[in-house]
Amino acid sequence: MRSATIERPGTSPLSQPPAEFGTSKRNLKKSLTMVFGCTVLGAAAQILIKTGLKLLPQHARLFELILAGLMNWQIMLGLCLYGGSTALLVLALRYGELSMLYPVIALTYVWVACLSLFFFHESINIYKACGLILIVGGVCVLGLGQPKRPQHKEPM
Amino acid sequence: MKTPLSSILLVLGASFIGSFGATFLKGGADRLERNFKSLLTNWRLLAGIVTYLASFVVYTAGIRNGELTVLYPMVSLGYVWTLLWSRIFFKEALTQSKFVGLGMILAGILVLNLGNR
Repeated sequence: MRSATIERPGTSPLSQPPAEFGTSKRNLKKSLTMVFGCTVLGAAAQILIKTGLKLLPQHARLFELILAGLMNWQIMLGLCLYGGSTALLVLALRYGELSMLYPVIALTYVWVACLSLFFFHESINIYKACGLILIVGGVCVLGLGQPKRPQHKEPM
Repeated sequence: MKTPLSSILLVLGASFIGSFGATFLKGGADRLERNFKSLLTNWRLLAGIVTYLASFVVYTAGIRNGELTVLYPMVSLGYVWTLLWSRIFFKEALTQSKFVGLGMILAGILVLNLGNR
């Protein structure tokens, strides 16, 4: 009886280099979803840290600033979310290409702009709207533009 | 408000350092295993995090002075560096969609920041 899968002794599924199936449709979806989550966490972290920074004393020495920052729950929670966001990025990078996934992080700008509307009552204008649309469009091009067969040579 | 050259250089430096953070994380991610010990011995992950923190410190120093609408978009130059490193270190194919997508994102970040003026 022939085995359908190539056995690799001594390697757990996670330790296989993901490159050989890196751009399969399933992995693409998986990695994009994870980077998506990474950007949402990153945006929440930015909003929290900005909120926290506003509460810090204005004219303090560096040592006092650091101490006040450590006591500030918004800043601390924001940093924790950054940690979670980085962990998600690492997991995403297992399943996809760096050159495709990394620019997707720019979606953070989109979430920060949306959240700032609510939390900091920032206004939106034609520049901001166009910028956000361009970023979302760029992410779509990156995500949808992946070749179906990664080993297939690019036609010039 | 004028943006001092030192701030520009610091932010550009931060984006350069940060791009190596992403590269280290990718190298570490490719070597992830499902056990805790390998997580501790994965020096690439650690290097990635340290590099990110270093980039953050330099960035924070950079944005203390100067116009944020000028300085913020400069960070996104890190994406361009990362594209270069992914080609050099991971032999990733640089397809047309990656250039177009990244170009649109960079343009978007630039236009978005024009709106903050």
